[in-house]
Amino acid sequence: MTQQQASVITDEMRERIGVESEPTAHEVDNTGCRQFARAVGYTDAIYFDEATAKAKGHRAIVAPYGFLGHPVVVPGQAAGVPEAFRLNIPYKRVLNGGTDIQYMAEVCAGDKLSATTKLTDLTEREGKIGPMLIVNTETAFRNEKGETVAIQRGTAIRY
Amino acid sequence: MAQVYFEDVSEGQEIPKLAQNCDSQRLVFWAAGSGDYYQIHYDKDFAQNTGLPDRITHGALKHALLGRLLDEWSGDGGRVLRVACSYRGMDMIDKDVLCRGVITGKRQENGSNVVDLEVWTEDPDGKKTTPGTAVVELPSK
Repeated sequence: MTQQQASVITDEMRERIGVESEPTAHEVDNTGCRQFARAVGYTDAIYFDEATAKAKGHRAIVAPYGFLGHPVVVPGQAAGVPEAFRLNIPYKRVLNGGTDIQYMAEVCAGDKLSATTKLTDLTEREGKIGPMLIVNTETAFRNEKGETVAIQRGTAIRY
Repeated sequence: MAQVYFEDVSEGQEIPKLAQNCDSQRLVFWAAGSGDYYQIHYDKDFAQNTGLPDRITHGALKHALLGRLLDEWSGDGGRVLRVACSYRGMDMIDKDVLCRGVITGKRQENGSNVVDLEVWTEDPDGKKTTPGTAVVELPSK
């Protein structure tokens, strides 16, 4: 970034870094697992059939890697859009910069996960597409016992 | 496929490749499966109005394909512990996404046999569009 250019990162945005959102419910159901597995091209029956999954020692149909349930979003309610994503950014376009998921425990259909997200970093950069704001977030997924089953780190490029 | 064991693998070894064509039907499957309904992935007019030549394959689908590459390689006895990747280049609709991985190290961590890998996706011109790293646990003989 050049000295002349004004930063789009406000003090208000900076104050949000590290602040954990309220939890959002994520439901992992049979159809969700199957639909995700089909989209990725899996043929292993543990992602589609409960009897096969159980015969192979799983609790239920297994959630394929990358599937951490669907957020429960009720129209008109703010829940479902974590605070970390509601930043007043002047750039309207967005690109997905990257995904990093750590898996601590297997997730299966029937699991009710709760996800909390925090903004971890804001960086400005000048790229081929013009000035960009790199938004880093971290989402922790916990099961009903309170155990962290996955941590997802995301990079969004706003430009 | 036969189970791969920790003892069988060594640094520098390449794991079996996975090619997945990403046509419009697959991208719609993915939109429904992931909940990402951004129109640049399935609405050609919308994609072109944002300046793209055509619809593009979702980044997160490429991340999930790398997960499948590792899951199918590590088999019933293995477990994927981490997949991280950056979306550096766009993959256009209807093209194959080729997923690849090379072992960069093996170690023991808290009693588990863990393998580190460099993973990536390539477009049909052989360009690395999604470089990344992964960690997989393998069973021991």
